[in-house]
Amino acid sequence: MAVLEIQNVTKTFGSGSVRAVDDFSLTVGDGELVCLLGPSGSGKSTLLRMVGGFETPTGGSIRIDGDDVTKAPPEKRPTGMVFQSHALWTHMNVFKNLAFGLKLRRLPPEEIKRRVEAILELVGLPGYGTRLTHQLSGGQQQRVALARSLVLEPKILLLDEPFASLDQHLRERLREEVRDIQQRLKITTLFVTHGQDEALAMADRIVVMRDGKMEQVAAPDTLYREPQTPFVAGFIGTMNLAEGVVSDGTFTRGPFTMPVPVGDGAAILAVRPEALGLAPGGMGDIHRVTDFGTHGIVDVDLPDGFRFKAMVPEAREWKAGQKVDLKPRAFSAYRDNAVIYRSQAAS
Amino acid sequence: MSTLVDKRRIDWAGIAFAVVLTLVIIFPLIVVGTWAFANVWRYPAIIPQEFGLRYWGTTLSRQDVWTSITMSLSLSLMVTLLSCIICLPAAYAFARMSFPARNLLFFSFLAGQAFPKFGLLVAIAGIFLHLNLIGNFWGVVMIQLVGTLLYMIWIPVAAFQSVDRRMEEAARDVGASPFRVFWSITLPQAGPTIAAAVLLSFVGTFYETEGAWLIGAPAIRTMPVLMISFINNQPVIQYGAVLSVLLWIPSFFAILFARRVVNSSSFARGFGG
Repeated sequence: MAVLEIQNVTKTFGSGSVRAVDDFSLTVGDGELVCLLGPSGSGKSTLLRMVGGFETPTGGSIRIDGDDVTKAPPEKRPTGMVFQSHALWTHMNVFKNLAFGLKLRRLPPEEIKRRVEAILELVGLPGYGTRLTHQLSGGQQQRVALARSLVLEPKILLLDEPFASLDQHLRERLREEVRDIQQRLKITTLFVTHGQDEALAMADRIVVMRDGKMEQVAAPDTLYREPQTPFVAGFIGTMNLAEGVVSDGTFTRGPFTMPVPVGDGAAILAVRPEALGLAPGGMGDIHRVTDFGTHGIVDVDLPDGFRFKAMVPEAREWKAGQKVDLKPRAFSAYRDNAVIYRSQAAS
Repeated sequence: MSTLVDKRRIDWAGIAFAVVLTLVIIFPLIVVGTWAFANVWRYPAIIPQEFGLRYWGTTLSRQDVWTSITMSLSLSLMVTLLSCIICLPAAYAFARMSFPARNLLFFSFLAGQAFPKFGLLVAIAGIFLHLNLIGNFWGVVMIQLVGTLLYMIWIPVAAFQSVDRRMEEAARDVGASPFRVFWSITLPQAGPTIAAAVLLSFVGTFYETEGAWLIGAPAIRTMPVLMISFINNQPVIQYGAVLSVLLWIPSFFAILFARRVVNSSSFARGFGG
């Protein structure tokens, strides 16, 4: 149906001093759902707003199915955006909210009625046309907002943290529904979120953004298992990122040492809590043990205060104050913001 | 039990408040209303000796009363209309655009209210005298227009600012041009509050006396100006009373109209409630 190409897009604010988006390129394939994931201020929303036409790029180009839309206003773009705050028009009922765009396209009234009813059916709100927006729950409002975009059959669907204002339970249900609808319609989608769960659950590919730049783009499973930078490693899931020094093939941070087959120099050792084994010893002290029933999380402090988190199958085997050794089963090492070693079990 | 007793306890503060309000607001209204329908009311009688519509007849048969009614209505309508044309786009600009000296200009509308109004009017009257605007319809329109600026800028600015920008963006997104967005989204969203401001400026202009008197005299006589001259120059109280009751009519209809057009909560929002 539609391909979105973002080429070398840059957006600066002020007098060019703030680079919200910095030389960003990405191609979203037909029917693909790509998540832009990053902390606030990483430029993900600005990028989405540039695709929607609400911001004009300072440089670079945006193409939809080959057509250059870089300078086109929002009303001239085949994109449909769902806003975080749903942004429904409170002075219109649900039907009028959905019909507004169709009326602007001068469709006959019967056709408008048919399409609105069909889209309400799709988002699970049949017969809700006469409701006023404030009579709907938060989840229903967000469904109507999604329907308002979908009813116009946009080539590209843009979602700007659409579930951020909903509670956890509703968010999980709605993201599954949205993913189902997206796959049924095979609509090319760009999705902005700062929640990694949402990204991992919905995306075909995830773009991790930092300071306006792409840090890594990969499928969810790859991103979790093979993060290319310490930032991605720390952002997706929990990761122990210990800075230390490697000399003669041994990584050292205080009493914690382990063999790492890389050249001498500073390095960051990355270990997932689930890959960090514990054994009675003397490298660190257990600060706290949290029992989740199915597993436990043990916080181990090195003498310099650095804290490791280790996942253990049985929390009751460990107690606060105990002295332990750390035994990573799988790990990676980073230097200069890139991977220099990944142990066999880690990949 | 104790909660039951609490609920039955008489709200003395509320009653006192209601009594004071009644005395201060309702009582003078009743007195004026009674005077308007009294043919004869001499001291020391508590109620008039003779009720009737005699003074209504004599008041309404006066040519100057009818001229002042038409004058007041046409002045208020013209001022409100011009005020809308001038102030609403300005309010939108203040709310949505940034331009040099924006804040200074915005607060300058307060300055007009900050000084003693009469002094300002006298100064303006001096200028108008040279411009041949004294005793002129358009002179009064201009002076009364100044009085509406504060309401008609500040309240609509607040109304436009409170319209969610995402709603407007969502409308652009589904294909509406900027003008269409303003017409179909921004205006209806800000509408109730703006309606409150328009109403306020209409009623405010209708009752405005100082400017109308100073600039308009002697050719332009509005209802309040006529009422003042009745009270000052006529020994008969009933003329003034009848005119007061007549003067309530526009505000009464304005409020009825407001309740029909605007639901009460959004109307209150327009007044900062």
